[in-house]
Amino acid sequence: MTCQECGERPATLHFTKIINGEKTETHICEKCAKEKGEVEPGTNHFSIHNLLSGLLNFETPIGESQAQSFYKPEPSHCPKCGLTYQQFTKIGRFGCSDCYKTFSDKLDPILKKVHGGNTIHSGKIPKRAGAAIEMERKVQSLRNKMKEYIELEEFEKAAETRDLIRSLEDKSTSEGGE
Amino acid sequence: MSLQHFISEAVSPWMKNEGPDSDIVMSSRVRFARNLKNFVFPILSNREHNLEVIEEVRGQFTDIPDDQVGQLELIEMDDLKPIEKRVLVEKHLISPNLIEHSKNGAVLLSENETVSIMINEEDHFRIQCLVAGFELKKALSLANSLDNWIEEKVDYAFDERKGYLTSCPTNVGTGMRASVMLHLPALVLTQQLNHIIPAINQLGLVVRGSYGEGSEALGNIFQISNQITLGKTEDDIIEDLQGVVRQVIEKERAARRALLDNSRIELEDRIYRALGVLQNSRIIQSKEAAKCLSDVRLGIDLGLVKGLSKSILNELLILTQPGFLQQYAGASLTPTERDIKRATLIRERLELEDQLTKNVEGDE
Repeated sequence: MTCQECGERPATLHFTKIINGEKTETHICEKCAKEKGEVEPGTNHFSIHNLLSGLLNFETPIGESQAQSFYKPEPSHCPKCGLTYQQFTKIGRFGCSDCYKTFSDKLDPILKKVHGGNTIHSGKIPKRAGAAIEMERKVQSLRNKMKEYIELEEFEKAAETRDLIRSLEDKSTSEGGE
Repeated sequence: MSLQHFISEAVSPWMKNEGPDSDIVMSSRVRFARNLKNFVFPILSNREHNLEVIEEVRGQFTDIPDDQVGQLELIEMDDLKPIEKRVLVEKHLISPNLIEHSKNGAVLLSENETVSIMINEEDHFRIQCLVAGFELKKALSLANSLDNWIEEKVDYAFDERKGYLTSCPTNVGTGMRASVMLHLPALVLTQQLNHIIPAINQLGLVVRGSYGEGSEALGNIFQISNQITLGKTEDDIIEDLQGVVRQVIEKERAARRALLDNSRIELEDRIYRALGVLQNSRIIQSKEAAKCLSDVRLGIDLGLVKGLSKSILNELLILTQPGFLQQYAGASLTPTERDIKRATLIRERLELEDQLTKNVEGDE
């Protein structure tokens, strides 16, 4: 059998790729395989990221992105890492944790597609970061309560709540140890 | 402990244990993708940033509290020869991605090779736990305790609503990929697997070859893993996967029984021919070797082949991969030289096994 790439040398490498039951066979010589980078186990060029960027491109059909810019200017790039949405659709990966906020408008439809309709995390919460989240929630609800008291002119209770918020905030900064 | 022992032994210490359902399930794996809050993800970061991440790890992460794992050793990819990297991939201790695309990639490996924490791969950390047999919950609890231990020292990128933030949105949420490696010769032989795979895909699970995405199912070994990482708890994901794998195991066992009942002589013929090829060939390609090893392993599991240990399939499949062969030969080899070396290695290994059995019998 001769190599299907160059048609000159004998094919010494035989690949069978099975993606969701679809089988494709490749017979090539070692030189062509090296050029194609197919010699490492598990290497494949049509990866999940290619598939994903297919989905992402589908999100903005030609013309729509232009039309959108009339209504609301999209953030063109992530302020922290500089990744543009265009780049993201190409590589299928985010550049930093802030990208999730920067591109949040476009994120949910994508997440729905890849995660069976889900958009909200319901699994593990890290202990330390989780404690901060708890604390934030608590402080936020106390602030709301304080506003209510002020509106009701119950100033004594409002002051009590304010002190409680302060003590919670003091505690969290001292625990943060920074 | 040194690098040498990670790359000279084909069989990881954990593989020597026989886990539950070890006639079909070779290993269970749980992987968590985690990132540091204050660093750009590896895909966009430069070498300096990645070095900082590694330095952070070097300072704090080699002294692991869990005594069932042992110490962790930090190995940087830049310090390894190409063949050595390849050997680590062949043992599933690192991903091909880590050697191809990472700048300053590194890995923390535990002595028993159960734990592998890749650094600066697609995400800052990829915490992986590998255990023998069908033991997803054991792998999960180990990964959880490592994850908690790391989180005590560093700030993870985590969002209340989106969970653990990962470079690729396909991993966001739990950041968890759980997978089970299965040997399914009877389902392949009876062509039932072609019907089972689409059904599994519909349940949000993926079936792949043994070296992950897009790789061929070498030696009838398949990997089933979860696709969805967002919106379900870790325990739910594991339970769904377990349920499906349990059924695949039952189907494989039923197919093996049916083969024995209906075509025993054909099956024996196939298995003994495979054994004959492995014992006698002088040149063998990896594909043929994998096929024969799979047949022989089936023979061992069905009690048709005696005097060979089960781990021989795992061991020889890894040992006869190109990287290992060259590591073993101590030089790079042409494809033909590899095929000769592979045949020699397999023959020697089987003879050794044979002698061991005879010695045992002689003692009695």
